[in-house]
Amino acid sequence: MTETVRALDRPALASSPHIAAKENVTHIMLWVVAALAPVTVWGIWNMGMVAVVLLATCIGSALATEAGWNLIARRPQTLWDGSALVTGLLLALSLPPRTPWWMAMIGAFVAIALAKMLFGGLGWNLFNPALVGRGIVVISWAGVLSEVKPFAGGWFSALDVPATAGYDAITGATRLALEAADRAAGGAYAYDLAAQYQPLLVRNLQGSLGEISAALLILGGAVLVVKGIIDWRIPVGYVGTVAVLSWAFGSDPIFHVLAGGVMLGAFFMATDYVTSPMSKNGRLVFACGCGLINVVGRFFGPLPEATTWAILFMNGLVPLIDRAFKPRTFGWEGRRG
Amino acid sequence: MNRTFRPVKRLWEGKARVKVESRDKSDTTNEGLRLPDAGFRGGIHPPTSKDATRGVQIARAPVPETLVVPMSQHLGAPCAPVVERGDRVERGQVIGDVEAMVSAPVHSPVAGEVKAIVDQMTFSGQRTKAVQIAPDPEQDLDAFVPIPEADTLQDMVRAAGIVGLGGAAFPAHVKLRPPKDMPISTVILNGCECEPYLTCDHRQMLELPERVVAGARHIRGMVGADRVVIGVEDNKEDAISALRNVAGSDVEVMSLPTHYPQGAEKQLIWAVLGAEVPHGKLPAATGALVHNVGTAIAIADAVDRRRPLVERVVTVTGAVVRPGNFVTLLGTPAADLIDLVGGVLPEAGRVIAGGPMTGQGVADTTCPVVKGTSGLVALPQGVVAPAVVGDQPCIRCGRCSEACPMFLEPYAIGIYANRRDWDGTERFRALDCIECGCCSYVCPTRRPLVQLIRRAKGALMSRGAKL
Repeated sequence: MTETVRALDRPALASSPHIAAKENVTHIMLWVVAALAPVTVWGIWNMGMVAVVLLATCIGSALATEAGWNLIARRPQTLWDGSALVTGLLLALSLPPRTPWWMAMIGAFVAIALAKMLFGGLGWNLFNPALVGRGIVVISWAGVLSEVKPFAGGWFSALDVPATAGYDAITGATRLALEAADRAAGGAYAYDLAAQYQPLLVRNLQGSLGEISAALLILGGAVLVVKGIIDWRIPVGYVGTVAVLSWAFGSDPIFHVLAGGVMLGAFFMATDYVTSPMSKNGRLVFACGCGLINVVGRFFGPLPEATTWAILFMNGLVPLIDRAFKPRTFGWEGRRG
Repeated sequence: MNRTFRPVKRLWEGKARVKVESRDKSDTTNEGLRLPDAGFRGGIHPPTSKDATRGVQIARAPVPETLVVPMSQHLGAPCAPVVERGDRVERGQVIGDVEAMVSAPVHSPVAGEVKAIVDQMTFSGQRTKAVQIAPDPEQDLDAFVPIPEADTLQDMVRAAGIVGLGGAAFPAHVKLRPPKDMPISTVILNGCECEPYLTCDHRQMLELPERVVAGARHIRGMVGADRVVIGVEDNKEDAISALRNVAGSDVEVMSLPTHYPQGAEKQLIWAVLGAEVPHGKLPAATGALVHNVGTAIAIADAVDRRRPLVERVVTVTGAVVRPGNFVTLLGTPAADLIDLVGGVLPEAGRVIAGGPMTGQGVADTTCPVVKGTSGLVALPQGVVAPAVVGDQPCIRCGRCSEACPMFLEPYAIGIYANRRDWDGTERFRALDCIECGCCSYVCPTRRPLVQLIRRAKGALMSRGAKL
């Protein structure tokens, strides 16, 4: 027997399989970050320092909350799985760029501590953490955030603009709010929806940081679909339902899928593994439910936007959807009990 | 990210297929039927890693200094030694046997002298009685004690000690006597060899295609089937054409997609016949009987030449100096084979008996090669699945459910098994698991899913559940 063989003469009590796919949870999270990179960079390019501050605050607070929780709870450190990074990034992209830093901080804390770690950490949360963080921020300080200020241009421009600086000449309302107002007035303002396609796709400064460009969100989402990281059923079902229903309610379907949080929600929020159904048919039902609530909220709700609430509501239904779509086991006639 | 993890798209989502008639035979020609997509639903595409040995001709491994021939080389009742210390044995002489139906006798692979009856551990970790034989210095490996003539061919298969050589080692003669109420219409020979690294079946199909076909015809005759299909994965084109050259019109050679676990019995029947083996029933319920191609060669040798099973082809590969395929006498220590290929390279991390998806980690290289040992693979360190530290979370990505060829939800069974809620694991049909390992392979948080399911199956069976 050679020396090399003897070197291996040790109990190898490992059981099969002895090989594993290279892909792990950190890879998946980093792919999501990569898919969000174009829209993030484009947001920073256009909004300057204000976007950097928001991103840094959200991501930093999310990471710090996760690390701190693990330290205090004496759990293994889970910072490296990348999920807190994704949550912080998504939270930043879902907030208006001029959200005060302390609000963003509270949002990130709520997202990680209350919506995720309190449930048992990654994998156990019922609701999408980033959306819970955003939801808490927007209902707690609805008045502050509704005054979304546009940008005069320049790297530092938005940082030092006082809230009362008198931008009344330029409307601060989001395009969705304008559309809703026009609709409520029976078209009296003659708001041209088709003229909004191009700014919504390419450069939209009225709305959340991540709403800057629907085209870049679609690009990033498509990369994730092609890479097999997210299931196409969720974005397609979500966006498709929004388009069909907004058309059915007599509005412009293209405007409604491009405006507001639909793209960010459909590609990056509703597709969160933990808070979406396991089965393919279940995912389709989930996605259509998100689209339905989103459109109903927009057309009949009190707020111009409803993406956050649509996805959070459907998150709550995921256990029921999973129950309704049990797979059939090989060799069995019916679905399992 | 590599693309290998990506589960195959579900072609047959939904409706039960239990009652599906077998596929229209008119579209299966010897020119080769190719299914429109993967032959079954679920599964994975691990790197096949077969290049090192797929082109290496089968060579004979030398006779070792001492052979240790275990009495339990098959599923079922272990044999009792019928020789004693100091006895002279001839090559092919029975050295262990037992009355039980589910069993197969053990023969001496060499002419020599019984040194001792010892207690030996096999690769599976079981301890069993074993006959230690010192071979004569001069060996005539062409000679052997022929097996006795018997009334039925099935009896000859048993007398030859033949078991499933694909790895499961189930006594072959038992499968050749299907229940009376389940007539066999199709014999399927399993030449998929879907396990990464292994090439022993590939080389046998390539070098001995006429023996494979002869075995196929014998099996067909024994069970009275009217159709024989040899299923081979399409990464072995040369073996497919070699088989087709000798097959004639009565033996179909079917090219199947390269897709793990294509060689699992139920998945192979599904791919070939489009029929699902119903839960709790034998595969014979679909009219199919599956045997490995290596087993078919052994059966042909037993029937045509009255030759007992005393050696098998073993692939020795991975991080070794000169990988190859070797006809190996049963009872040869693993270490001898590893020495034969020049030893393992420094990057070797773990030696596996069998393939990396279902094989056993070799704890002791003095363990002997047995009838079910298809390969010895020295897995490079970088390839070995990282050890699981602590309880990893399930992120509900659904990859395990998509990869499961039995359409189970491994993530859920894993969670119940962690809580020792065995009722929960049974409700999620843990007992239907075929332990192919796809779920553990794809899990991005490296949860030991198939290991948890095995634990659940053990607990359920120890309280009386039947598979």
